[in-house]
Formats: sequence, C-alpha cells, structure tokens
Amino acid sequence: MTETEYQHPLMAAYWKQVDTRFPQVEAVFEDVMAEALAILTRAGIDAYLEAARVIGKLGRGVEPMLAFMEEWPSAAKAIGEDALPAVMAVVQRMQKSPNSNAITPFLQTLAPVARRLQSADLLQHYLDIVLNLKGRTTGSVHGHHTTFPSPGLPAFLAQAPFLLSQLSLAGLKNWVEYGIRNYRTHPERQKDYFTVQSADSRAVLQRERHGTLFMDVERKLDLYMRGLWQDSEQLVPYSTAFDELRKPVPYYDQRGMRIPDVYDDAGAISGLDRYRATLAHMVGHRRWTAAQIADNWSPFQRMAVEFFEDCRIETLLIREYPGLRTLFLALHPKPLENACDPETTSCLRHRMTLLSRALLDPDHGYRDVDLLDFAQRFHTLIAGREASTKEIAALALSYVAKTRLQSDQFAKVHFENTVIDYRDDNRHMWAFIEEGDEEESFDEERKTTPDEEFKGLPPRHYPEWDYNSQTYRPDWVSLYERLHPSGNAADIDRLLDKHAALAKRLKRILDLLKPQDKVRIRYQEEGSELDLDVAIRSLIDFKGGANPDPRINMSHRTDGRNIAVMLLLDLSESLNEKAAGSDQTILELSQEAVSLLAWAIEKLGDPFAIAGFHSNTRHDVRYLHIKGYSEHWDDDVKARLAAMEAGYSTRMGAAMRHAAHYLEAQPADKKLMLILTDGKPSDVDAHDERLLIEDTRRAVKELDQKGIFPYCISLDPKADDYVSDIFGRHYTVIDNIERLPERLPELFVALTK
Amino acid sequence: MTDKDQYKIQQEPFYQQQKNEVALYEAAYRNRLPVMVKGPTGCGKSRFVEYMAWKLGKPLITVACNEDMTASDLVGRYLLEANGTRWLDGPLTVAARIGAICYLDEIVEARQDTTVVIHPLTDHRRTLPLDKKGELIHAHPDFQLVISYNPGYQTLMKDLKQSTKQRFTAFDFDYPDVALETEIVAKETGADAAMAAKLVKIGGVARALKGHGLDEGISTRLLVYAATLIKDGVEPRDACRMALVRPITDDADIRDTLDHAIDATFA
Repeated sequence: MTETEYQHPLMAAYWKQVDTRFPQVEAVFEDVMAEALAILTRAGIDAYLEAARVIGKLGRGVEPMLAFMEEWPSAAKAIGEDALPAVMAVVQRMQKSPNSNAITPFLQTLAPVARRLQSADLLQHYLDIVLNLKGRTTGSVHGHHTTFPSPGLPAFLAQAPFLLSQLSLAGLKNWVEYGIRNYRTHPERQKDYFTVQSADSRAVLQRERHGTLFMDVERKLDLYMRGLWQDSEQLVPYSTAFDELRKPVPYYDQRGMRIPDVYDDAGAISGLDRYRATLAHMVGHRRWTAAQIADNWSPFQRMAVEFFEDCRIETLLIREYPGLRTLFLALHPKPLENACDPETTSCLRHRMTLLSRALLDPDHGYRDVDLLDFAQRFHTLIAGREASTKEIAALALSYVAKTRLQSDQFAKVHFENTVIDYRDDNRHMWAFIEEGDEEESFDEERKTTPDEEFKGLPPRHYPEWDYNSQTYRPDWVSLYERLHPSGNAADIDRLLDKHAALAKRLKRILDLLKPQDKVRIRYQEEGSELDLDVAIRSLIDFKGGANPDPRINMSHRTDGRNIAVMLLLDLSESLNEKAAGSDQTILELSQEAVSLLAWAIEKLGDPFAIAGFHSNTRHDVRYLHIKGYSEHWDDDVKARLAAMEAGYSTRMGAAMRHAAHYLEAQPADKKLMLILTDGKPSDVDAHDERLLIEDTRRAVKELDQKGIFPYCISLDPKADDYVSDIFGRHYTVIDNIERLPERLPELFVALTK
Repeated sequence: MTDKDQYKIQQEPFYQQQKNEVALYEAAYRNRLPVMVKGPTGCGKSRFVEYMAWKLGKPLITVACNEDMTASDLVGRYLLEANGTRWLDGPLTVAARIGAICYLDEIVEARQDTTVVIHPLTDHRRTLPLDKKGELIHAHPDFQLVISYNPGYQTLMKDLKQSTKQRFTAFDFDYPDVALETEIVAKETGADAAMAAKLVKIGGVARALKGHGLDEGISTRLLVYAATLIKDGVEPRDACRMALVRPITDDADIRDTLDHAIDATFA
C-alpha cells in the first residue's frame, strides 16, 4: 500500500502517528479526526493517537481499532479525556487473558456507557465490574491445561448501555454478581443470563432497577385509589424495560388500569407521586369522560379534543383536591411560546401543549391572543359546573378551526417539551360507528383452543434465600400442592387401639388442659372482690395484735385457649429406613405418632392441619394435604394418613413458607407450626450443604415475623450439629425413635400449656 | 343518700340531630325502655346520651366498661373498715336507687358474665338483686339503662349475647353525611365552613380505607380535635397529621396515603 497523501500537513503528521495500514481506518480517518480535534486537547490528541496505534498493533484485526477511534472522542466528551489510561489498562488486561474477544464489544459500547455515567469515577466503578466479571467467569477445565474465555463477558459488554439505562451502578453490580454466582459453571446459561434472555436474569434486573417500582408501592396506590377516589379498579403494570422502541403510555380498559412498572423521580416529584398523578388523571376520565363518536373528525381535531378534555377533567380533579394542581403543573411541560417556527415545522402539538399549560396554570404568562381568548372561554364554560365531553369537544373544534395553519400538515413535527407523560392515551374517548380502516379487527376475541386439563393446581413459586449474597433468588422454587392419596382408614384405628393405654393417659392430661372458663385467684392484695373468709381472718389477726395478711382480695381470670396448629411432615426417602433398635420404619412410627397427636388435638378442639412434603429439585416440591383446618379427625383424614409414603428429598424452606401461608390465615392468637423431620434440609440439586440449611433458617425468621411459632421435632440423632442453627432453641431431638408416639403428643401438650 | 345533683348535666351539650333520634329517645324514655346505641367510635353516641339526659333533666351515671370490670364493679362490694365490713353501692345500684340514667359505655369491652347482671333491670321486673348483701332493689321510676356498643370491631370474642341484645331498643348511629358533619365541626369549634369541609373530606378518605388496613375511619371526634388545633393557630397540615393520621394507624402505607390526601386537600 502506498503512503497516503494528506493535503494538510498536520493531518499527515497524525496519520503517521497512528502508524497503521488498515484501509478501513483510512476511510474514516479524516472524519474521526475532525470530531476528535473538536473535543480533545492537544495532549489528548496525542494520547488518543497513541492508544489507537497500540490497539491497532494488538493483532486482533481492524475492529477494535475502528471501534476505539470512533467511540473515544464522544466518550471523552462525557467523562473527560483523563480516563483514557484506565480504559487502556482494561484493554491490556483483556489482551493478556483469553478474553481478547471482548475488546471489541467493550470499546464499541464505551461511548454510550460513558454518556450514561457522566463521570470518570463512575466509569472506574464500571470498569471494576467488568474486570470482576472477567476474572471470575474465565474458566479452566480440570485436566485441560488451557483456560477458556468468559462466555458471558462479550454478551454483557454488548448489553451494557441498556443495562445502565435500567440500573444504577450498584444495581448493575448486584445483577452481575447474581449471574456470576449462579451460572459460573454453566457457560450456556451464563450467556443467556448476560444477554438478558433468561427469565431470572430479567427478574433480577427488575428487582434492581432504579426508580420507584410498582410492586413496592402497589398497596399504597391501592389505598390511594380507594381512599381518595373510591375506586377499586385493578392496577396492572406493563413493562417499560424491554420495550425501548414503542414506549408504552398508560391506558385503561375493561380489564384494569395499565401503568408502568417503574417511575423514576422527575425532578422534585417522587416516583410515587408520578403514579398518583397518572392514576388521578385516569380516575378523572372514568368519572367524567363520555366516549365520543369520532368518525367525522380528523386526527388533528381528535387530538385537540383530547387536550381540551384532559384539561377539563384535571380542572375538576383539582377542584376536588386543590393540591393536585402543584403536582400536575410540576409534571406538565412548560413550552416556550415561540419555540416552534410555523414556517418550517408543524406546530400543532406545541400549540396544544401551550394551551393545556395555560388552562391549568393561572400564572402561565403566555400572550397569544387566541390562546388567551380560548382559555377564557374554557373557564367560563366550566365555571361552577362540570360541563360535558360534548361541550368541551365543541370548544376544541372551534379552537382548531380558529388557529389552523398550513404548516400543521408538515411531516416535521415539533415534539420538544410537548410530552405530558402522566396522561393516558385516551383510547377510551373514541367510539366508531363505521368499521373503517382505523378499526382494529385483530382486537376481536380470538377463539382459543382449550389447553389440556390441569392436573392439580398450578404451581406456586417461592423465593429461596442465598446466604452467599444475602439475597433472595426470586421465584426459585416451584411448589405443587395436592390432596394426599387415600388408603385404608381402619389401619389408623388399629394403630390407635395399639396405643390405647397411652391414649388413656394422654386423655387425663388433656382434660387438665381444656379451657376452664373462669378461674378464681385468691390471696391478692388488689383484686376485684373482697375474699370474705380471708378478710375476716386478717381482721381477727389485726385485732389480736398480730400482723394481718394484706392479701385479702380475690380476682378472676378467664382461661381460654386460642391456638392454631400446623403439623408439617417430612416425607423424604430416608423415612423408609428402619429405626435403630426397632423393626418398624421411621415412617410407621411417625404415622402412629401423628395419629395420636391428631386424636389429642381433636379432643382439645384446637384448629389443626396436617400436611406432608418432599421435593425432587427446585422445580418440583410437592406439598400434600392430609388434613385441612375445616376437616375433622374422621375417616377421610385417617385414610390419607394411612396411605403416607416416603420418597425424594427435603427442601424444607419452601414447604414451610407454603404451610405458613395457610396457618397465617387462621384467626387464632397463637399459631404453632410443628415440623417433624428426620434429617437436615437437602435436595439433589443443592450441592452446597449450607444453602438449604440457611434458607430454612431464613424461613424460620419469616415465620417469626408473621407471628407463627415454629418448632422442630427432629428424629436425626446427629441433628445437634445444625438444628439449633435453623430453629434457635425451638427444637427437640428424639433419640429413641420408638418412643415417638408417646413423646409427640406430650411435647405438644407441654408447648401449649 | 347519694347527692343526685352531682350527676345532673349542668350545661346544654352541643348536639346536632341527624334524623328523628331525639323524639324516638324521648318516647323510649317515657316508657322506660332500655336503649342501646350502636355506631363506630367517635360518631357522637356518648354526646347523644348526655344531651338526652340534659334535655330530660335526669341525672346521668356513666360507666366506661373495660375487660377487667367485674359484676361487683357495677353492683357494689364489701369494703373493710376498722370495725368490720361496709357495703359500697356500685354505679348501677346507685342509678337504680336515685332514678338516674345509667349509661354503660362500650359494653362489649366488659366480659360476658358481667353483663348478665343487668338483665333483671331490663325487663318487666326492673329489680336488681344484691345477693351478697341479701337485698332486692326495686328500681326508681326514673331509672333507665342505656348501653353503647361499637359493632365495628366485634370479633368472635367480643359480641353481645343474643339474650342481652334482645332486651334493648336500639339506635344505629353512623358518621353524619358530609354537609351535616361539616356543620358539626364548624359549630363545635368555631372553625370556618371551608376549613371544616376540608377536614371532613380527609375524614372521608380514611373511611373509604376501612377494612383495607384500617379498623376504623377518622371519627368526627378526631375531626373536631383537628379543627380545634387549627383554631389555636397550628398549621393545618401539621394539625391534621397530628390529630387525624397519627392516632389511627401505624401502617406506613396508610399513613403515606393519608398524608398525601392532606397535602392534596390543603393546596
């Protein structure tokens, strides 16, 4: 290749400096230099060319160099050119590791990332995240003496601008951290995660987003709707994260009010208040807007009617709650009166926004004659009354007629400062008589072929606690609940007969436990009544000169029992083993114990449920109902208990969360969850032993917060190692399993005395 | 003999009639029928009874019921003295002797066995047996029994027995409608009508949330408190937060919503 001849001597010097022979670079060189010269300082230019030269010599082809030369000037504009050494350091690190394929995506997205971050400090944090991801996902396979590039890194770098548009840096860090932790050893899934394809990638992203999340304020918004507007319409969030192009707008239809799943703060207005403004606006429409027949109106006319109608209902809303004016005005753009040039641009939107501002803001300060005239007519129209959509539409149409300009038809539309984002899209305002081309025929209900019938209930999803990161994995476990299959109820009766003597002894204890409605407490210094016998004795003592007993009153105390109980049975495979020193399996002994306990609780009259669980990986936790709260200890229940079988593993946390959800609904003062298990929480897909133990411990904490008292009865002689970590002091280890049938009811009695 | 005059209402209490309850009460009193006043807290039940006592010119003995109250707190008990024991009449006994209106406020708070002692006074017998003392009191001709009762927070545990309920004629009170409540707040405190209307509006917000985390809405009584604070020069928003929101809820979401309602109302 011949040496390129540049007209300008300076440009020739620059070209010499980059020292490259890539024709692709040559093709754009003058353009990128023009941009660079406008942005960078002299020293900056030198550093820029030097860096470009180094990247060109890396032996990775032309791509990285092109990316760098095109991206760096605008990146430097956002974060300052001093950040170059840090960027180059990252490039060098990638070059020296197997991850050189990540250099190009890194450089390609550098400018948008820099524009998001706007400071060299923040960029440094971003670079740290990149290096962390690189370091921890670059793998080596045992036995091979090579290392493999990180599968997720290029994917992540390509997504970085999008991610930063949704997440704060702290959120990004958490999101990356989650991906590394859960998919480090799984290259394909790691790639899915970092390209934001997989479901949990999106779920974690959603959780870490900046701004006010709908799910965090849902209850507040519900209360807001109910309290201030007496409206209990369903609120349905739509996602704004994955729909960059379409930018959905709030709307409502028969199936609920649709609002974005997240609102960032807008200046001084919090995300929550933006939600409130949006909802208030929709409520206004629902109250006061009547659908109009739109067939004979042009799109411009309709737009004007929408603007006028929006202002009408907002005026009425403000009449109801005057404070809303401040809120609406803070969110409403305030366009400058002469920002739009009607010679070259369609100014209709601009004009309507100006008017809308003027109708709401008494201090708008605009001077356009027509605008002032129509603002006046608007206020006269609704002074002291509501007016109707029809009346306001007439006003809007005459406004359009009065102010129409040729340029309104232009394709170039003035959009700046005209987006009023708390208003819905007004789709409810229009009715069409004729089915024109504007009618959406695909709106019609499609006939759906019925799905194959559900077997049992759909799964419920529960989170699981990851102690490494101290976060929940969202919707990690799928739990299926169903009724336990039935067996022969007589088997259980036979078991109870076998323990007749024990039952008799229990019955005596139970009689003592039964609520005694009123108990008299004597010998009280203060009480409700004088205990005459004691009082007279004291008086005699007093008169006789002895020291009288001052405890001469008595009082009464009612002794009620209000306890709801949930018995959760671990039905994992290990129950099939023979108990030590016995010819019965643990399962059979549990069956006996549970029968006795159920019989005892039934006698006491406490509300009581039994359920069993086992699991086969996180995708299949089974929760089997044996007795519900509304059922009595009858043959149906006994039959289910008789059919009890053991299999699979023990994912305890999810089962406890599910059981808690039933127990929580019980209206008792005290709620007791008994967990009968023979081993530690474990599952085949949990390689880290601590993981499920920590999750169960977390579940216990959640139970405490719900006012449920968990208590574990462990049949594992080695349980001391871990059970106190999970349950604190709320546990008993029964070493002699043979005595379980006797110990279980006793324990219950002791717990509830 | 107990001094009857101490139980007389000296000044006319302000009471804004909602419907025809005053005339109905007078009819019940003429025939000495026991009366039950139902309604949410702070809607004017006690004020109504007080007003009626004043209007009829009868002494009024009020007993605030609570969980620890026993039958002897109502009927009377023996006390010890230097020389033995002495019987002390309880408020119900006093009322039956002197011919007062006996008002048992929030009767459900008292335990069920306690409320049974009022039974003989509420039917044709109009007597009160004091079994411990061995005395049978025939109620004074002017005696009347009134109970109040808030069905809002009744649980399984706190409900009146049917046998008790069926001994009374009943008034069902509720918070007055907007116009009337505005008038009440304004008259009671001297606040101007616009301010009173705003307070009533906030009250309405809270009442709409009843059952969604609030057991009771903001009562008329609290609205009056807020108006009183504002009259004293307290900034209206602060007064509302202090008198209307903070007392009724510890739930952060509800508090935020009500605070927002206050901000939206006082622009």
